[in-house]
Amino acid sequence: MSGRTAFDVDLARTLIDRKRTLPGATLPILHDLLEQFGYIDDDAIPLIADALNISRAEALGVVSFYHDFRRSPVDGRVLKLCRAESCQAMGCEDLVSHLAVRHGVTVDGLDEGSGIRVESVYCLGNCALSPAALLDGEPIGRLDRDRLDALVAGAQRKMQ
Amino acid sequence: MSARVFVPADSSALSVGADAVAGAILDEARRRGVDTTIVRTGSRGLFWLEPLIEVETAAGRIGYGPVAPDEVARLFEAGFLTGGSHPKALGRVEDIPYLARQQRLIFARCGLTDPLSIDDYRRHGGLRGLEYALRLGPKATIEEILASGLRGRGGAGFPTGVKWRTTAGIEAEQKYVVCNADEGDSGTFADRMLMEGDPFLLIEGMAIAALSVGATKGYVYIRSEYPHAFAVFSRAIGRARAAGLLGPSVLGSGRAFDLEPRLGAGAYICGEETSLLESLEGKRGQIRVKPPLPAIAGLFGKPTVVNNVLSFASAPWILEHGAKAYADYGVGRSLGSQPFQLAGNVRHGGLVELAFGASLRDLVEGFGGGTRTGRPIRAVQVGGPLGAYFPASLLDTPLDYESMAAARGMLGHGGIVVFDDSVDMARQARFAFEFCAKESCGKCTPCRIGSTRGVETVDKIIAGRDRERNVQLLRDLCEVMTDGSLCALGGLTPLPVVSALDHFSEDFAGAPARVAAE
Repeated sequence: MSGRTAFDVDLARTLIDRKRTLPGATLPILHDLLEQFGYIDDDAIPLIADALNISRAEALGVVSFYHDFRRSPVDGRVLKLCRAESCQAMGCEDLVSHLAVRHGVTVDGLDEGSGIRVESVYCLGNCALSPAALLDGEPIGRLDRDRLDALVAGAQRKMQ
Repeated sequence: MSARVFVPADSSALSVGADAVAGAILDEARRRGVDTTIVRTGSRGLFWLEPLIEVETAAGRIGYGPVAPDEVARLFEAGFLTGGSHPKALGRVEDIPYLARQQRLIFARCGLTDPLSIDDYRRHGGLRGLEYALRLGPKATIEEILASGLRGRGGAGFPTGVKWRTTAGIEAEQKYVVCNADEGDSGTFADRMLMEGDPFLLIEGMAIAALSVGATKGYVYIRSEYPHAFAVFSRAIGRARAAGLLGPSVLGSGRAFDLEPRLGAGAYICGEETSLLESLEGKRGQIRVKPPLPAIAGLFGKPTVVNNVLSFASAPWILEHGAKAYADYGVGRSLGSQPFQLAGNVRHGGLVELAFGASLRDLVEGFGGGTRTGRPIRAVQVGGPLGAYFPASLLDTPLDYESMAAARGMLGHGGIVVFDDSVDMARQARFAFEFCAKESCGKCTPCRIGSTRGVETVDKIIAGRDRERNVQLLRDLCEVMTDGSLCALGGLTPLPVVSALDHFSEDFAGAPARVAAE
């Protein structure tokens, strides 16, 4: 995800063309766009619709159904914080409030210059080492306040 | 001879620094001029000991853990390459009681081998099941699966052999096998561990299924929350193809089967088999009304076997050792082994594969060692977010499909999440609805609307408003959702809610009443 680039129609079209003939190509295409640009730009919707011979409404319907396909660009790092039962039992909600109180970071809010966007996820399959998170795809187990402080500070440094 | 050190590359192990430990071992070995080879394995599933490194010695594989990178130099000084003693030494890994007490059929190889080496896989007994199935032929293979009593390990517990027989019995020019690796339940990680630690077993199991039902194409739908599992499994498919385990002639049989991994996109509902098929077809993951069953009209309208990772992964053992040997494990109609997953607030979290019938107490106290915080256990949720919460007084319930149902719970995918006495069960009930509201596909009203009304009603109860009437309303709502929802998401969300109401009613007394009672 570190290789995110600004949205570009021609590049999007190339990515879409590469997978358009796969059976059930919508999700593979959206994942490629997500990986390239970090989000699904509204201008990609008609391109997908054209390529797959579906209506724009259908294409948008798929994008909006899945939590992964965020629709606004991300500047900094993405921390996916697990908030499911196992992590609840080990205090993930304390980490959510710590982020808000200490760092002014709202979970599931926009990153707006903070260098980090924190998104809720429900289970990362690391439940024996809860609380769990994924930082730009890298797993973190036994997350605590100190580690979180270091992650946020690291992301902010990267932004400057 | 070069010393061999095994370091897991399982994502749980990575999450607590396994890569850094592997790097430190290599650096230190180079500094000391000791010839050392590092083999990256899956995890043994003893996660509180991760990173758990192992060394091959004359006495067997000796473990050390949990190891931090800055402890590596000391390990070399202690002579760990020949099993030297050190405060982190664990002795022979297979003798650690947590592991020695298990009955590992599916997870026998996980953590032992290099997950991406097909030679390693063969050396440790891999491919014998598929080879036997090829000799046996499709019909007898399905008979064997039927006779083993294997039931779907995704949670529903439907007999696997019946699905296979149904699809096998239909004439069609194209059939599919689809693996449901959308392991979304909190507290579960067995599918992930297997895909990262022994991926060829899943490929072998899917090949057995495909050849016996006449499918030539398979998909594995892996959730996007598992990027490492997706990467490892995708590489394993490539190696399997190169080795002739997949492709136009599976193991030289002249029969074709190939596999494609697909990535989910963060929708819990796609773990429901018909939603998963919709998603594979490129649509919103909204569930389909059954019938038709996927076994008859599934992916792209073709006959499709949809099974969980662990169901497919059980097939090779059954073929190799025979249906009877498999059915000798377990109790009643719950036959074979179940990989249980211990999670949440537990001292010794990890994977525990046992025959059905072990008690919940043996899992959370015997294996788990109680809570990690050291406080008393108050509630244990079994079976993921749609499973019931058990109070400490019900810990003697046996873990099999029927006993769990009799206790108004369900086994699901075998996840066990432990909570200590700081848990607020009204909040947990609220979360069950909140999660359902968030993840509902929206197709049926009881789930789509009921979940939100549920959140609101629990909020009123927590606020102490008209408590008795609202508790009654909540129970009514649960009944409607149970009876009226199209699939398990809306249909089973009431399980955690009603179990919380039944076993922890004091938490619903409302704040003022609770203070008065104290």
